[in-house]
Amino acid sequence: MKFRYAKLLLLVALAFSLLVSLFAGRINSYVLFVLYYIGINIILAVSLNLINGYTGQFSLGHAGFMAVGAYTAAVITNRFGDLNPFAAGTLFLGALLAGGLLAAVTGLLVGLPTLRLRGDYLAIVTLGFGEIIRVIFQNMNAVGAARGLSVVHGYTNFFWTFGAAAVTIYVVTALVHSTYGRGFIAVRDDEVAAEAMGINTTKYKVTAFVVGAFFAGLAGGLYAHSIQFLTPSGFNFMQSIAIVVMVILGGMGNTPGVVLAAIVLTLLPEGLRWLAGVPSLPGIPRAYPFAWVGNTRMVIYSLLLIVLMLTRPQGLFTWKRKTPFPA
Amino acid sequence: MNHESEKPLLRAEQLTIRFGGLTAVSGLDLQIGRNELVGLIGPNGAGKTTVFNLITGVYQPTEGGIFFDGQSITGSKAYRITARGIARTFQNIRLFSSLTVFDNVRTAFHLHLRGDVRHALWRGRSFWAEEESIGAQVLELLEIFHLGKFRSAPARSLSYGDQRRLEIVRALAARPKLLLLDEPAAGMNPNEKTELMRLIRFIKGKFQISVLLVEHDMQVVMGICERISVLDYGVKIAEGTPEEVRKNPKVIEAYLGEEHLPVKND
Amino acid sequence: MTEFLQQLINGLAFGSILALIALGYTMVYGILRFINFAHGDVFMLGAFAGFYLAPKIAAVLPTPSVASGLAVMFMAMLICAAIGVVIERFAYRPLRRSPKLTVLITAIGVSLFLEYTGQLVFGAAPKSFPPLIPVYPIAHLGGLSITSNQVIVLAVTGLLLVALRFIVLKTKIGMAMRALSFNPEAAALMGVNTDIVISFTFALGSALAAAAGILFAINYPAIDPLMGILPGLKAFFAAVLGGIGNLPGAVLGGLIIGTTETFVSGYISSTYRDAIAFSILILILLIKPSGLLGRKEIEKV
Repeated sequence: MKFRYAKLLLLVALAFSLLVSLFAGRINSYVLFVLYYIGINIILAVSLNLINGYTGQFSLGHAGFMAVGAYTAAVITNRFGDLNPFAAGTLFLGALLAGGLLAAVTGLLVGLPTLRLRGDYLAIVTLGFGEIIRVIFQNMNAVGAARGLSVVHGYTNFFWTFGAAAVTIYVVTALVHSTYGRGFIAVRDDEVAAEAMGINTTKYKVTAFVVGAFFAGLAGGLYAHSIQFLTPSGFNFMQSIAIVVMVILGGMGNTPGVVLAAIVLTLLPEGLRWLAGVPSLPGIPRAYPFAWVGNTRMVIYSLLLIVLMLTRPQGLFTWKRKTPFPA
Repeated sequence: MNHESEKPLLRAEQLTIRFGGLTAVSGLDLQIGRNELVGLIGPNGAGKTTVFNLITGVYQPTEGGIFFDGQSITGSKAYRITARGIARTFQNIRLFSSLTVFDNVRTAFHLHLRGDVRHALWRGRSFWAEEESIGAQVLELLEIFHLGKFRSAPARSLSYGDQRRLEIVRALAARPKLLLLDEPAAGMNPNEKTELMRLIRFIKGKFQISVLLVEHDMQVVMGICERISVLDYGVKIAEGTPEEVRKNPKVIEAYLGEEHLPVKND
Repeated sequence: MTEFLQQLINGLAFGSILALIALGYTMVYGILRFINFAHGDVFMLGAFAGFYLAPKIAAVLPTPSVASGLAVMFMAMLICAAIGVVIERFAYRPLRRSPKLTVLITAIGVSLFLEYTGQLVFGAAPKSFPPLIPVYPIAHLGGLSITSNQVIVLAVTGLLLVALRFIVLKTKIGMAMRALSFNPEAAALMGVNTDIVISFTFALGSALAAAAGILFAINYPAIDPLMGILPGLKAFFAAVLGGIGNLPGAVLGGLIIGTTETFVSGYISSTYRDAIAFSILILILLIKPSGLLGRKEIEKV
C-alpha cells in the first residue's frame, strides 16, 4: 500500500524540508550542521546500498564518487559572486546536478571494467579506484591539490539536504520495488540464473554503479557547500569504509534499516565527541573523565564491525518485511 | 511421432567444446522439432549439462553452431538466448534465495516488460497497469502449479519438491518455445516422479512448447520422451525412440555396471 | 647509469619488503580463499615490537650489532606469529562457513581495530626506530650509494625465502598446506588437521610480515600505527599481480611493484607514486585476472 503513495510522500517530505529550512535561523548552528551531515550520510548510505546491498557488488570506493561530485560542484559555484536567493538556488541545483552527473560518469568508468570481478577482488579494485581518484585530486592544482579548496558559498541548508535525501530514498526504493528492479536482487542472488531468466546482468550492475555514483556525487556537492573546505584526504578509503559500515549495520538491501543506521552512525561520533568534551557526567565524580571514550571512537567502530559480523551479520536493523506486492 | 520436413526448432551442428585439454562435447548433432519432448541421457560425466550450458549460452562452443528458430545463436549471450525463447532449470536448484516465490517468477517477466527504468521511477498509470498485469499473470502461473498459496513465502522455505516445481514455473514465465530441464527428477521419490511426468506432459500440452530433458531416471525418460539421444564421453552414441534406444547395444555397454537401464525381456 | 642502478637497488629493497608481506596474503588466500585485510597491520606491529624490544635487547647484547638486530627480528617474528594465530582463532575461524563478504568485513574491522588501538596505545605521532644494525657504506662509486641496510634487506629476504621454500616443499606441514590449497575437503579426509595447518599458515605469514616490518623500520626509521596501510595494500596488489595463491608469484609481484614504483617516483613524478601500485593492479585484473603466474579458475554451473 505504501508504494502507491510514494510520490505523494516524496512531495510531503520536500515541502516539510522547505518549511523547516525557512525556520532554520532559530536552530543552533551546530545542531543544524549535524542535521545536514545526517542527510548527507543518508544519501551516501542509501546510494551505496543500491550497489552493495541490492545488487551485491561490494564497492569500497564510494568516497571517490563523493569527491568527484564535491569538487565539481564547488568549482562551478566558486565562479560566481553573491547572487539573489533565486539565482543562487538555481546555481546550486545546477552545480549539484553537474557534480552528480560527473560522478555518474565516473561510476560508469568504474563499473564497466569491474564486471567480471567477484567478491574480494571487486572490493579491492573499487578501493583502488577510489584511491586513484583521491590521488588525482591531490595532484590537481586547479582544485588546490593537497592544500585544499575553499568553497565560497555555504549554500547547503535543510531543504537541500533533506530534500536530496528524500529523493535518493525515493529513487532507490522505487527502482528496486518494481518488476524491473527485482532484477538487481536476482543479479545479487544468482548471476547465472539471472542471465538464464533473460536478465542482462551487465546492464544491471552498471546501472547500479551509475545511479549509486550519481547520488554519492550529489552528497559530495552538499558536503562541499556546508563544510566549505575540501581536502582530498577527506575522501580516502576510511571514508568509504565508514559508509560501508552504515550499509552493513542497516542490513544490506534494507533501505529503512540503512537510513536508520546512517542516522545512528552520524550521531554516535557526535555523542562520543560530546562525551569527550564533558568534564563529568551528572552523578559521576570528576575522577572518572570520559575523554578517552571520544578518542576511542574508531576503536569502538572497528570492534562494532567485528562483533556485528560474528553475531548478527544480517545487520542490526533488519526486521521481517511483508512482500511489497501488490502495492 | 512423425518428424515432418518442417524446420526444426533447435539445431546443433557439430557442437564441440574443449576446456584446456579436456574435450567435454565433441561433434554433437542434435535436433529438436516443434512441440517435441526429447530426452538426453548418458552416464555420469557424459557432458549432458555441458550441452545445456552450450545451448543456453553459458559456455561458448569451441567449434560448431547452434540454430534456434531459424537463426544462429552461436556465441550469443545467455540473456539474449532466453529472450529468443529458450528457458531452463538447473541441476542444483538455482532459485533467487532472498526473493519470495512470487518475485522469483516475477523476475522472468522482466523479459516482457514494455516499460523501463523511467517508468519504474515515475510510477505513472502505465507503470501500475503493467505491474498489475504482470502480477495477475504470475499468480495465474503459480495457481496452475499449486504454488499460489506460497506466493509470499521466501523461495528457500519451500520443500525440495516445491522448489523444483517453482524453478520450472519460473522458467515458464519467460514464455519459452523450448524448455530445458536439467535432472528435474533428482532426489524425488516414486510418487513425486509420477507427478513430475504428469507435470511435464501437461506443460508440453498446455503451453505448446518443446522440452529437452536431461535425466538419469530411466522410468521418467522412457515414460515421457518421444525421442532420446544418448551421450557418452561427449559424443552422441545413439538416437531414436525409447524402444530403439533401450535395445541399442552401444547404449547398454555405456551403462554397463549401472542399474539404470531396465532391459526388456522378449 | 648510476642513477638507474641506484633506483634499481632501492626498488629491489623496497620490493623485497613488499614480497615478504605479499607472501602472507597469498598463503592465506591459497588456503582459505580470503583476503586478510589486517595483514598489513601485522607488519606495523612487527615494527613496533622491534621498537619496544630494542632497548630490552640492548641491555643484554651490544647494540648496534648484527646479533642484536637478529635477536630483535627473531623475537618480533615470534610475537607477530602469535598475534596472527590469535586473530585467526577469534575473528576468522568462527566465520569459516559464513559467506565470504562477512569475513571480509570482519577483516576490515580487525585492521581498523589494530590501527586505532595502536594509535591509542603507542600514540599517533611517529616514533624513531633505534638503529639496530651498524650502517656501513658498501659502495660509493660516483653517485651510487649502497649501504649495508639495503644489502641486509636483500640478504635477509633471500634467507627467509629459502627457509620458506624448505618449509613448504620439504616438511610435512608444508605438504599439508599445499594439499589444503588444492582441495580442503580432500585434505581433511586424508587426515590433515585443518585447524592446525591454518593456524600455522597465519603464524608463518605473520612472522614474515614482522620481518618485513623490522627491515622496513631499519631503512625508514619513522614508524607510526598507520604505517601498515599503504604497504599492506601494495603488497596485496603484488600478490594478485603474481597470481594469488602462488608463492613465487607473490615474490615476483612484490619486486615488480617495488621497482616500478621506485622508477616512476624517481624518473617521472613522486606525487603519483601511490597511484602506481593501484594502476598496476587494475591493469592486471582487467587483462589477466589470474595473475602473472596464476591458474585460471572456471566456475562450475
